[in-house]
Amino acid sequence: MRSLSAAPIRIAQSLRSFAYIWRSLRRSRQGTIGLIIVIIHMFIAVASPYIVPYAHHDIDGKNRLAAPSVEHPFGTDSFGRDLFTRVLLGGRAAIGVALLAAAIAVLWGGLLGILLAFIGGRVDEVVMRLIDALLAIPGLLVVLLVVVALGTGFSVLIFTLGYAYGVSTVRVARGAALAYVASDFITAARARGERKTNIVLRELIPNLLDVLLVEYVMRASWALTAISSLSYLGFGIAPPTPDWGRMVFENQVMLAISPWGTLFPVVALASLIIGINLAGDALSKAIGLDRSQEAPT
Amino acid sequence: MSQQLLEVEGLTTGFRTRAGRVVQVVRNVSLSMGRGETLGLVGESGCGKTTFGMTLLGHLRPGGEVLAGSVRFEGVDLFSLAPNVLASMRGQRVAVIPQSASSALTPTMRVGEQIAEVLTLHLALSGTALQDRVLELLTRVHLPQVDELARRFPHELSGGQLQRVAIAMGLAGKPELLVLDEPTTGLDVTTQAHILDLLREIQESTGTAMLYISHDMGAIARVCDRLVVMYAGEIVEDGAIHDVFADPVHPYTRGLLGSVPRLSYAGLPRAMAGRPPAPGADAVGCAFVPRCAFAEDNCKTIDPKLEPTNRAGTIPHLAQCHHWQRVVASGSSNQAQDLQAEGDQSPDLVPLLELTEVDITYAKRGLAALVARWRGDPEPPTTVSGFTITIYRGETVALVGESGSGKSTIARTIAGLLPPREGRIDFGGQDLASVVESRPAEMHRIIQIIFQNPDASLNPRHTVKQILDAPLRLYFEMDGKERLDRSGSLLEEVRLTPRYLERHPSQMSGGEKQRVAVARAFAAEPDLVLCDEVTSALDVSVQAAVLELLAGLQADRGAAYLFISHDLAVVRAIADRVAVLYQGRICEVGPVADIYAPPYHPYTETLLAAVPEPVPGARAQLLAKDVQEAEPPAKGCCFQRRCPRRIGAICDDEAPPSQPAADGHVIRCHIPLAELRESQVDLISPAEIATHGLVADARLAP
Repeated sequence: MRSLSAAPIRIAQSLRSFAYIWRSLRRSRQGTIGLIIVIIHMFIAVASPYIVPYAHHDIDGKNRLAAPSVEHPFGTDSFGRDLFTRVLLGGRAAIGVALLAAAIAVLWGGLLGILLAFIGGRVDEVVMRLIDALLAIPGLLVVLLVVVALGTGFSVLIFTLGYAYGVSTVRVARGAALAYVASDFITAARARGERKTNIVLRELIPNLLDVLLVEYVMRASWALTAISSLSYLGFGIAPPTPDWGRMVFENQVMLAISPWGTLFPVVALASLIIGINLAGDALSKAIGLDRSQEAPT
Repeated sequence: MSQQLLEVEGLTTGFRTRAGRVVQVVRNVSLSMGRGETLGLVGESGCGKTTFGMTLLGHLRPGGEVLAGSVRFEGVDLFSLAPNVLASMRGQRVAVIPQSASSALTPTMRVGEQIAEVLTLHLALSGTALQDRVLELLTRVHLPQVDELARRFPHELSGGQLQRVAIAMGLAGKPELLVLDEPTTGLDVTTQAHILDLLREIQESTGTAMLYISHDMGAIARVCDRLVVMYAGEIVEDGAIHDVFADPVHPYTRGLLGSVPRLSYAGLPRAMAGRPPAPGADAVGCAFVPRCAFAEDNCKTIDPKLEPTNRAGTIPHLAQCHHWQRVVASGSSNQAQDLQAEGDQSPDLVPLLELTEVDITYAKRGLAALVARWRGDPEPPTTVSGFTITIYRGETVALVGESGSGKSTIARTIAGLLPPREGRIDFGGQDLASVVESRPAEMHRIIQIIFQNPDASLNPRHTVKQILDAPLRLYFEMDGKERLDRSGSLLEEVRLTPRYLERHPSQMSGGEKQRVAVARAFAAEPDLVLCDEVTSALDVSVQAAVLELLAGLQADRGAAYLFISHDLAVVRAIADRVAVLYQGRICEVGPVADIYAPPYHPYTETLLAAVPEPVPGARAQLLAKDVQEAEPPAKGCCFQRRCPRRIGAICDDEAPPSQPAADGHVIRCHIPLAELRESQVDLISPAEIATHGLVADARLAP
């Protein structure tokens, strides 16, 4: 399979044209700010186990609901756990789940969408009606149902979110691919006798990588919001793993006495989502897609 | 001296790059136009024609600025006017007619309303006066049933009708100057002839001055009295159209005129090497030096000035060349190269591809067809019907006809992309499967296609190396190194260098991209190449080069071409045999020399008479109406509804007989050949082309 093994190289080569996208992303101030926020968050997510001053379950019994101090920069919660430690660690699980869920969504949804556009005809017609039917069920509802039925394991969360966002990615990818399947270079490849897998891998997909990249970034941002909401409701990341959404739930009753336990996780979550959205908008602008046409599910 | 209508003095426009560098687009242009003057502006794409044309409306593209000079309209500097004054001038004093009427008209507004809008704005008309004026304007541009037509939306009109509406809109404010930006590009030749005729008529009756921007020398020759040639943002030649065409002074003008294929000369037009510099390229010396055969050292260092040449005439003849006297002394330039004469060893008559009674339809299939039959819908006539042709090894067969004649459909069917409904396709004596996927791999190699638009046919994400690698990898047992070497030598065959291997399509010019597409087709070492309008999207100078390349490759490799084109002059230059198609039916087929000489099929005659030859004063004979037919008639002759020589009911009822006129020359017409021959003139003789003018004037006389 000489031809197939060459496909990843082709895709890597076409990634080179992302250098141009990168440059225009950097040129936009919003994009740069968003990118910096995202990079800081990613750094914290990766490095936090090595830089936090305490373990997330360490209890300082003398200092419950403490205000920020040198000892506890963000204060402590009602058990006396260090909020700085918990906020720094609190994004890891959610970010991990969101990135993996979005990857699964874009992988299956993108591939299915592209294939449907390429195959066309009755198969496309039937599968798309099915997708429409699935789209009619709110994604969060599906996730809630599954989580209630199967419990809140990481893999359950990743795969159900991956499914829920993949359904709408099918539509996006199919729409983007349709613009290319009728183009002359695809016709030329057919006339030349290229195999169908080759046409999809070499001719079609390289033209859709940019769309899928934007799609990935946006789905990841929505998945993050969804997981935090689920955690807040008690269906997401399960304790004792620290999580921003869960922390808001745990500390909101003390809001009047000690707002720190609610404030810092909210700031952390909000800044990351704003960062991703800024970067995502600049990215889609750099590529020439208009994300304002798209609404979260 | 009376004041000129328009005076442009030392105009330089441009924009600043992010890095702060100033890029000049229009460079030091001085030009004046009198009232009622018709001025043609030619040049290759990227020479600043449109940018300059728009400055006559006081318009610059976003980011653009006037760096020096002025545009004065009746003494008023347009760029010093307040925006609201300028806005009221546009449309009323100066109007523009755009290239693409379909994108210039609002799709959701009735055409009548759009014209009314202009009238309300500029002339403050209202009520019945407004309505009457709208209808008057639509009648003025010879549109039929104007009452009903004014209520239609743009998508309900044909391309020619839309262009007429755009012209009516341009005329609405009774402007003194019309700027026409490629108004007939993309229209069929018969439609174009009607539009050009209309423009000339409007000019004669209203005395409106016109600036006609085009790359089409033939169109300009029909409409204009004076010609201005632009190169790299500068005017390089300016003079009366007769003078410039008869005796071009600037080497660039000579190159442009020489690269136009003509009906009146057999053989390929002469290609001009190189391409125009990008805006902002080094500004010292003459910009044409790299492409000029007359260049000397002083051309590279000293800017030439636009100077009068010492010729008599009512319009001064100016040229911007240090060596124009030497250019003139070198003799005439308008001869086409006569490649065909030397290469007329007739191809050995081995049939390569035979199509027999092929019918092709885009009609509904499967369930939808069953439903249609059950509902008793009449079956629509097939797009292509009874198409029979044989292509011999190494020859070039051309398919000509207007858009919608089924030319590309046939190419797609031969390529196996659109299965025929009926009929046989044989290749080398063997039945060819109708679907490309079920053909043997060898067949894929043997038949190659080159498309019209290389922007669409080359994958924008691939490098030239990847593009050329695809056929080599598919058809030949070669390792990576061999394929790379082969790609390099293919590029050299299409006169590019291996440096291009790493480039993406977006980094090349249109002509270079089309060369890569040609190289990709020839990488397969094909026996038959389907060329689908391969030069239509290119500048004339580039077109000449691509035609030359195709002819050269054919001589070397012996491939046969099915050459699809709407351009009869191009077909004359490259084809051995020609099939004239109307509505998917062959009207006439035969050797190229026979097709271009009487007797003609009435449709061939109509097309040939409409071709704008670059001969000043010549005007088309408008033989048939420029209506676009949605589908072929159910029975009888396919051309019955537009035929200028219709003889009666027989044309509507009976399929015309195939009358053999000469060896291999067949005309499908009810009119006896002798009668056709007697009543027709040789439409491609230079003398006849020159006298078209008289014919047209006689027709227009009251």
